[in-house]
Amino acid sequence: MTQVKEKERKLTIARAMAEAIAQEMRIDDKVFVMGEDIGELGGVFGNTRGLHEEFGGERVRDTPISETAFIGAAVGAASDGMKPVVELMFVDFFGVCFDAIYNMMAKNTYFSGGNVTVPMVLMTSTGGGYSDGGQHSQCVHATFAHLPGMKVVAPSNAYDAKGMMIAAIRDPNPVVFMFHKALQGMGWLGTEKEAIVHVPEAAYEVELGKAVVTRPGTDVTIVGITSGVHFGLKAARILEEQGVSAEVVDLRSLAPLDRDTVIESVKKTGRLIVVDEDYHSYGMTAEIIASVVEAGVPLKAAPQRVAYPDIPIPFARPMEQWALPSPEKIIAAFNKMKED
Amino acid sequence: MKPSQEQQVWMYKHMLVSRFFEEVIEKIYMEGKSPAFNMANGPIPGEMHLSNGQEPCAVGVCAHLTAEDVVTSTHRPHHVAIAKGVDLKAMAAEIFGKKTGLSGGRGGHMHIFDANVNFSCSGIIGQSVGPAVGAALSRVMQKKSGIAVAYLGEGAANQGAFHEALNMAGVWKLPVIFIIEDNSWGISVSKRASTAIDRNSDRAVAYGMPGEFIAGNDPVAIFDVVGEAIARARNGGGPTLIEIETSRLAGHFMGDGETYRPAGEKEALQKIDPIPVMKQRLLDEGILTDATDAALVEEAHAAVDAAIQFARDSEYAAPEEAMQKVFV
Repeated sequence: MTQVKEKERKLTIARAMAEAIAQEMRIDDKVFVMGEDIGELGGVFGNTRGLHEEFGGERVRDTPISETAFIGAAVGAASDGMKPVVELMFVDFFGVCFDAIYNMMAKNTYFSGGNVTVPMVLMTSTGGGYSDGGQHSQCVHATFAHLPGMKVVAPSNAYDAKGMMIAAIRDPNPVVFMFHKALQGMGWLGTEKEAIVHVPEAAYEVELGKAVVTRPGTDVTIVGITSGVHFGLKAARILEEQGVSAEVVDLRSLAPLDRDTVIESVKKTGRLIVVDEDYHSYGMTAEIIASVVEAGVPLKAAPQRVAYPDIPIPFARPMEQWALPSPEKIIAAFNKMKED
Repeated sequence: MKPSQEQQVWMYKHMLVSRFFEEVIEKIYMEGKSPAFNMANGPIPGEMHLSNGQEPCAVGVCAHLTAEDVVTSTHRPHHVAIAKGVDLKAMAAEIFGKKTGLSGGRGGHMHIFDANVNFSCSGIIGQSVGPAVGAALSRVMQKKSGIAVAYLGEGAANQGAFHEALNMAGVWKLPVIFIIEDNSWGISVSKRASTAIDRNSDRAVAYGMPGEFIAGNDPVAIFDVVGEAIARARNGGGPTLIEIETSRLAGHFMGDGETYRPAGEKEALQKIDPIPVMKQRLLDEGILTDATDAALVEEAHAAVDAAIQFARDSEYAAPEEAMQKVFV
């Protein structure tokens, strides 16, 4: 009976993240959480819910609205033996604190020849689709993944979210953990139901830097991350009705990037569509296509990308919905490949 | 809090080591850089920020610290590193970019990290403060002894990081001391032209902590005031902001023409060079004799020479080792 219940236990990404952090805090008193509204409120996006109640304000620490100070402080605490999990509420806010992130968090290990480590997790929300305007809706995946010295991961479902959060906390390197707001399972942000999946109660790790084939197929490879995976899965179902077998690859990690899984998939299908809610130019979509082309994988058609246009994210709902990637845009990209 | 005779001699000696180190670095830095000055040439390429004149800020503070205490410093870090006990040979080799350097040549002179004595620095103005606040938080949370000290220049007190970090340290009453080395110049812009108030220490009131200004670039006065602040921090009394009036006897960096300096300023500063001033006082007070001074000078030179020789004799790492140590 218990086992049946266990199998049925589905969690949102928000709950899965909170559970992962709580489980690590129970076994390791070096782990603590710091950020804006992560205490009694439980995080604006629910991913620290219950932690303050269980662990108190010393270890679940609301900060002033001072991202440079508390992310810089996390760097100092991590180098002094602690394992901070800090939250940058919206990734869009990186503009006020990026030096602490990319010049210190990401580089101090290298600058010290590996003698100083920075075992911290920077969790941050991404994504739009709910008309929050151009300073609260971005993904900026590539901006982070471009810079060396930090791992950058972004799960698309609750199972991966828990396992990757545990792996991130245990990692001796700094990890940026991006979570997409629309996948978070907070009703008020819109909820992607397919992100709410079975999550085992016991702690487990999902290895960072490993992509996964979410849906096997033979005719075209659709590569995505976070929301892009769900757009891809929806497109794959529509394509199936048209007799096309699409394989969907969830990157899960942007750095390190699992090029091998993508290349193996495209070797099989010969067609590649990359989906990303981040901006079109100089982004993850270009990196994936370049990696496949560099590997010399024989292609049946020119690869396509479905990404955010190179514009600030507009507010008006018709404008924003028009600009976002979608299953329809993926189908259109596939149809364009057929013409080649 | 007055320093003992022994502590005064310790401070004087470390000022000597620091000054001699900078003088040798200055000389070697120019190797291969004349007649045409090209920063990329010579055994020590890149930018070089010398600390001549600011030694009192290093020794007056670090005389109170042990290896377990955390110090974060700036783009001008040598004097503080030496006073904190950073391995001189490994630091010299790092400045030369050699395999035997603190990070095997990956960091260089603006990125000195020595985990053995909890010393680090950042080349970005104002970014020494966040990590020091975090180290202090870490000590409180782990119930471990030791405090943190963040060094910054007076120009860095106009960075947002400074205000954010001091506020957070004030809210959480952390065992951290903020040391502003006021050499009155942010590269070529004077403190008067860049800062709305005369003394940055007055800003402490905004962050709920004591603020102290120490005039005179005097190691004994610094020892006194900082000692009180550090004792308070060690006893759970929270942070302190201290601004020290000091002097930059060199340019902002090597190659700086210093055309912005008013005529006569540098000569006037050299007349109150803190090292001869300290020496004279120690002689006057009978703490030092000409013979013991000569011995200290010789010892300091020997330490510096050995470090420089070690750096010169060391090999460069294979270039492809650049690919290592990004992650552990």
